[in-house]
Amino acid sequence: MTTETVTPAPSSGKLSVRSLLQSNLRDFGLVIALLVIMVFFQITTNGVLFKPVNLTNLILQNSYIIIMALGMLLVIIAGHIDLSVGSVSGFIGAVAAILMVTYKLPAIPVGLLCLIIGAVVGAAQGYWIAYLKIPSFIVTLAGMLVFKGLSLAVLGGASVGPFPTEFQLLSAGFIPDLIGPWNIGGTPLHATTLVIGVVIVAAMLITGFRTRTRRISNGYDAEPTALYIVKNAIIALLILFFTYLLASYKGLPNVLIVMSILITLFVFITKRTTLGRRIYALGGNSKAAQLSGIKTERLTFIVFIIMGVLAAVAGLIFAARLNTATPKAGQGFELDVIAAVFIGGASAMGGVGQVAGAVIGAFIIGVMNNGMSIMGVNIDWQQVIKGLVLLGAVVFDVYNKKKA
Amino acid sequence: MDTTILEMRGITKTFPGVKALQDVNLDVRAGEIHAIVGENGAGKSTLMKVLSGVYPAGSYDGKIIYQGEEVAFKSIRDSEHKNIVIIHQELALVPLLSIAENIFLGNEQARNGVIDWDETRNGARKLMAMVGLKEDPDTLITHIGVGKQQLVEIAKALSKEVKLLILDEPTASLSEKDSDALLALLLEFKKQGISSILISHKLNEVGKVADRITVIRDGRTIETLNKEDISEDRIITSMVGRSLENRYPTRTPHVGETIFEVKDWNVFHPLHSDRQMIKNVNLHVKKGEVVGIAGLMGAGRTEFAMSVFGKTYGQNISGEVFVHGKKADTSNVARAVDAGLAYATEDRKQYGLNLIDHIKHNITIANLPGVSTMSVLDDMAEMKVANEYRARTNIRSSSVYQTTGNLSGGNQQKVVLSKWLFSNPEVLILDEPTRGIDVGAKYEIYTIINKLADEGKGILVISSEMPELLGICDRIYVMNEGRIVGELAGSEASQEKIMRAIVRAEGKTA
Repeated sequence: MTTETVTPAPSSGKLSVRSLLQSNLRDFGLVIALLVIMVFFQITTNGVLFKPVNLTNLILQNSYIIIMALGMLLVIIAGHIDLSVGSVSGFIGAVAAILMVTYKLPAIPVGLLCLIIGAVVGAAQGYWIAYLKIPSFIVTLAGMLVFKGLSLAVLGGASVGPFPTEFQLLSAGFIPDLIGPWNIGGTPLHATTLVIGVVIVAAMLITGFRTRTRRISNGYDAEPTALYIVKNAIIALLILFFTYLLASYKGLPNVLIVMSILITLFVFITKRTTLGRRIYALGGNSKAAQLSGIKTERLTFIVFIIMGVLAAVAGLIFAARLNTATPKAGQGFELDVIAAVFIGGASAMGGVGQVAGAVIGAFIIGVMNNGMSIMGVNIDWQQVIKGLVLLGAVVFDVYNKKKA
Repeated sequence: MDTTILEMRGITKTFPGVKALQDVNLDVRAGEIHAIVGENGAGKSTLMKVLSGVYPAGSYDGKIIYQGEEVAFKSIRDSEHKNIVIIHQELALVPLLSIAENIFLGNEQARNGVIDWDETRNGARKLMAMVGLKEDPDTLITHIGVGKQQLVEIAKALSKEVKLLILDEPTASLSEKDSDALLALLLEFKKQGISSILISHKLNEVGKVADRITVIRDGRTIETLNKEDISEDRIITSMVGRSLENRYPTRTPHVGETIFEVKDWNVFHPLHSDRQMIKNVNLHVKKGEVVGIAGLMGAGRTEFAMSVFGKTYGQNISGEVFVHGKKADTSNVARAVDAGLAYATEDRKQYGLNLIDHIKHNITIANLPGVSTMSVLDDMAEMKVANEYRARTNIRSSSVYQTTGNLSGGNQQKVVLSKWLFSNPEVLILDEPTRGIDVGAKYEIYTIINKLADEGKGILVISSEMPELLGICDRIYVMNEGRIVGELAGSEASQEKIMRAIVRAEGKTA
């Protein structure tokens, strides 16, 4: 044969810092944006933002948004949208209230039942979207109206509460200090919280290091050493700093534990499982995915069930936090959730998005809500500013893509 | 014939990191058909984008002189004002608007913004007559075939009083009959003094109609050949920078027992349940055999393949599929893959690849269990697989992390092949495996096909290019209007015999 063939060199060796920064501009930019916003509000609120009590509040206030953002991320990667999550979470809160308050049923079985109801709600909506190919925008718009109405009906138009104490712990509780408070520099610190923080940082560093060594020994691309060290040092310090702040108040809130477990689970699903990979493939090109043997309909159905369960979790947390179920609960949440996912870099066309991005996106929204409230910015202007930030983030994305 | 209508001088266009065009020169005379040939990624389309203003003046170096004066197009509108019209490979028609509406899109026959429908239809009818399109101007684009859509594009160009018509791979998705009609149309335009620039991979077409040919390789002009110097071998030599004595790699077939058999296959149209698309098809493929399905566009070959592969086309499908003599369940794609089938689609961008994702993920997507345990992906294993197949199919990319959307057609096709090779099938159905791919990459694809056959797989190749089937197949089925109308051994098959089988069948049904 006379054709010239150029054998492609196997990709190996190290990537340069510059190319890595360029290709990860979006991710770095997002973290930097969050830090800038935090510092900005730290200054404008005269240091209130980072006060341990406010930081704890910030987490409690945003937990349900972040949890729903995880599900919404999958929905959006799959190329769909879910407008009903706010109403569904409100509906679940209402059901929980009736069962626990009116019928005095125990908290844990009711909680589990609510998760199942969430799954059923997700399946009920997902069925039309996945199998009958009705646009998700329409189905979930209908769902939004239906569940808004059902919450009203279930509650009979009134607020129902208060919840039993053990249920309130979900949102108002903190992990118990098993080791006992330590007195460091005059302030009593929540010792268990500190220990958990240190353990998490250590675990993160060790697994990160092991993966890196394995990659290098197999001859695959790895970040430059300097970047690797700096990046990990910053993340470790940030985590330690926040654990310290939390420890100086009441310790780790229970909600933060739930949230962390879910975040870790979703990072794992999106990065390491075939389920996650197939969702990206579905959103990237559904026809190609189908012709590659992926059961695209069932996959879409599953994604909406997951979304339903997470909306239920969020509904329970929100109800526990307010300690009542109100007919208005959950209204407008979907907007913050969807905004968080898009600010986090997901594409409205599907196929693109990261858990870390969605979580940071949710925090950006949360910090802005919190900071502006402390500053006394009116709710009307808060909306205007949030809207502009969302637009700005997406414009930045599009601009970046064009330049590439 | 000697007046030069267009002269491009010293065109250099740089993208970040890549010099796409380097000092390219091109001159087109009034009323000539000027062909531009070159391998994929040689810079043909980039050059045309520079000419038509897609890349605005200032973003490239060099001069464009059109009708005697230097021009600097800022946008495609500017070039259209000068009666230069480009028709892209991917047609730019709105599927749910009518033929007439599409012809006058952006140039509506309107007074003060109110459309004059009589004028629109009459105008459209006139233009349609000029290009030989016999349809109602109110027919929606989505209801006519690709060949006719191409004619609509040309009618649209004529409505802009085109003087220089640029066609980018106009016949890539046309049947031979439609291609011939289109080429005849270009010759007709030539008589009317319209110049055409024809970009094509199909050298036999170029040889038929072009007055001169400019060969571009690696972003540079290699040479411009006059009609009398045009020969396929000469062009190929110039295109690839080496002589290609044999366009098809040789192979000694080792044919074993039957591994794939389809019996009494019947399929009906997915929307019109009374239209039978596939009629009683029986065929088989043996171990180590490369079998072709020849036929004209619309013969039902893709429909047959897709209906076999997981019932992804049609309804009321009946018939039986056997793999290794055992009845196979191919009722959905996952089961068909499990049964040992693989189908590489004719339309890799729409149906074959996730264009926004990188090579690695695209290669493993049809066989994720192969790189995971208990549904948990093993990154290292996946990396190994991706690198292995990238080397095996000779995918040219910076790494397996390159986005497939940025690869050339040939390399995209290699990714699709890699995906299916990794699913380890017994039988591969390759639908137009070399469509829109340059000569060099074609040879590589043929080599891969041969290697697979030597490994004992059964290969079924669907192709509209008869020389290709004749060059690589051990046996060829001829399909026409959903039926198998002929079966020829590779050694005795010829283009003429295939055509004769088709024509004979048409005579019967008529």
